Amino acid sequence: MDLSNINPVLLIASIMISATPILLAAIGEMVVEKSGVLNLGVEGMMITGAVIGFIVAINTGAPLLGFATAAIAGALLSLTFGVLTQVFLSNQVATGLGLTLVGLGLSSLLGKPYEGQKTVTLPKLDIPILSDLPVVGRMLFSHDIMVYISLCIVVAVWAFLKYTRAGLILRAVGESHESAHALGYKVIRVRLLAIMFGGACAGLGGAYLSLVRVPQWTEGMTAGAGWIALAIVVFASWRAGRVLIGAYLFGGITVLQLNLQAAGMTWGVQYLSMSPYLITILVLVFISSNRSRSSHDAPANLGQTFHATR
Amino acid sequence: MIRRTLLATAAAGLTLAFGAPAMAQDVTKACFVYVGPIGDGGWTYQHHQGALAVKEEYGDKVEIAWQESVPEGADAERVITQMALSGCNIIFTTSFGYMDPTNNVAAKFPDVKFEHSTGYKREHPNVSTYNARFYEGRAVVGHIAGKMTQTNKIGYIGSFPIPEVIMGINSYYHHAKLANPDVELVVTWAYTWFDPAKEADAARAMLDQGVDVITAHTDSTAPLAEIAKEGGSAWGFGQASDMAAFTTNDDGTPGPRIASIIDEWSPYYVKRVGQLMDGSYEQIDSWAGMPEGEVVIGTMNDAIPDDVKAEAQAMIDAITAGEYHPFTGPMNKQDGSAWLAEGETADDGTLLGMNFYVEGITGDIPN
Repeated sequence: MDLSNINPVLLIASIMISATPILLAAIGEMVVEKSGVLNLGVEGMMITGAVIGFIVAINTGAPLLGFATAAIAGALLSLTFGVLTQVFLSNQVATGLGLTLVGLGLSSLLGKPYEGQKTVTLPKLDIPILSDLPVVGRMLFSHDIMVYISLCIVVAVWAFLKYTRAGLILRAVGESHESAHALGYKVIRVRLLAIMFGGACAGLGGAYLSLVRVPQWTEGMTAGAGWIALAIVVFASWRAGRVLIGAYLFGGITVLQLNLQAAGMTWGVQYLSMSPYLITILVLVFISSNRSRSSHDAPANLGQTFHATR
Repeated sequence: MIRRTLLATAAAGLTLAFGAPAMAQDVTKACFVYVGPIGDGGWTYQHHQGALAVKEEYGDKVEIAWQESVPEGADAERVITQMALSGCNIIFTTSFGYMDPTNNVAAKFPDVKFEHSTGYKREHPNVSTYNARFYEGRAVVGHIAGKMTQTNKIGYIGSFPIPEVIMGINSYYHHAKLANPDVELVVTWAYTWFDPAKEADAARAMLDQGVDVITAHTDSTAPLAEIAKEGGSAWGFGQASDMAAFTTNDDGTPGPRIASIIDEWSPYYVKRVGQLMDGSYEQIDSWAGMPEGEVVIGTMNDAIPDDVKAEAQAMIDAITAGEYHPFTGPMNKQDGSAWLAEGETADDGTLLGMNFYVEGITGDIPN
């Protein structure tokens, strides 16, 4: 084993790329769950975003347009979930799982003619001064624009939830929809907007997979990334900053274990791959074992249906 | 849609089986079970090309049916049973993990022929197995890799540590070493057959550590797409399928894929279905390679110097003519103990159970 082969600069750079899809999907899902809705359809929205983004990018030659369309597609798909669960009061878990299945099927149908094709990908940014810095320039400041957009979204979500009145309303809806309703807030409208934001973020995450990280379309290419995003939200106990840490940790461990293998380490790699999931389970156990703490973590009305006349 | 027709035909098949068992069959039905999507551009895609070749060859005399992305395990048994019920005369199951399900179902349907790819269990007279000598292809690309590397570090993305993959690693490394004594091999296990993002990450990890020629033993084209980002300073090979989309870069320069190992299943599928139709079908254990046209090296592109191309072609010709076996001594095992003496060739039994690296490879095989 020769650990000196691992270049920390390149390692961190590739972790940032590798974590971006799950970061985007997880931050979107966190907002959805903060509003009290559990949408298990992240995987389906991601893969729909991946295929739509790829199709648009390949036909227009503009990857950024692909990302924009992917976000719209994700939001539209999630809106069907929103209408079913919020207006027709269907079960959120079942509808979310259905959304995943629909997304997987729809994407393989739409993507058939595009298999094996190559697309233009996003260029690496060359930021004046910053990109030329030694070490950090290559590590942090030479990525494509979406990496920075994803970080901006995290900061924006954090600031929105913490400092704005709208953010406070969203949290109120998630904590107690009855009270929020009594105060005159439009619970269903707030939730629908949150769901669409989550769908758009998942669509962006999927498009990042098909346009930058892999860059190609292959059926089923998200391969479970949406479920990891859901785990990250729990791991992060519904806080934006911790979502960032969680996504980089989950993405980082995959990259790290492959790097360790390439450096010649053969023992313990499987345990490392397993660790983020074990940590998630531990966090869940910790949250649910402590009743007084739990009120600070999971939104109190998470996954419950709301009807104004009840 | 396919699933729906399958259900419909399953229902029809049931009626047939119970209503009119003696009804003569003039159309032979060949069915295929795939582990991944046909659009993977690799392993499953090639099997499907073989299926289409059967249809092409026999036209109206055959009917083909298939199901994609069938998980290995209990689901596979259900799918294979359904196919047997729906009137399939011969069923090809195209992944190692279908070994036990295939044999289990075969016990219940003695009149249906089963063909399992890459396995070794033939528990019933109606089960045959078939595989291709991919290590012959690995030998050729190994030679090219040894000649092409500038950093003297070549990489191999392994799927699972099974004999099939270890055979490939040994053949690849041995021939790279013969071509370039300074070469060093880096093996990364992805523990999946198909996960484009992870395959790309594995390629990235090796590229970051100075590996500049990579071959993959996974099913998608993602490693090549990742290598393409290096812009002409790193190379890779098409795996299972030609992956011709990566032959040239966008700017017209020869691109990351410099050659490929193509699994050509068509000759085998056409032969077996033909035998079933003319009555000469027998249970076999087939392991064919370049001489039979089942392992083919795709076009070598212009990134490879002419003399290396010629050497690779000479090796292909020698293997095809049966004059050269990629595992020819002297070869030692990783621990330095003797394996093959000068001029001795490996027997098939050792190859099929291969659980050791050859001398010079660092690292251990995970269990």
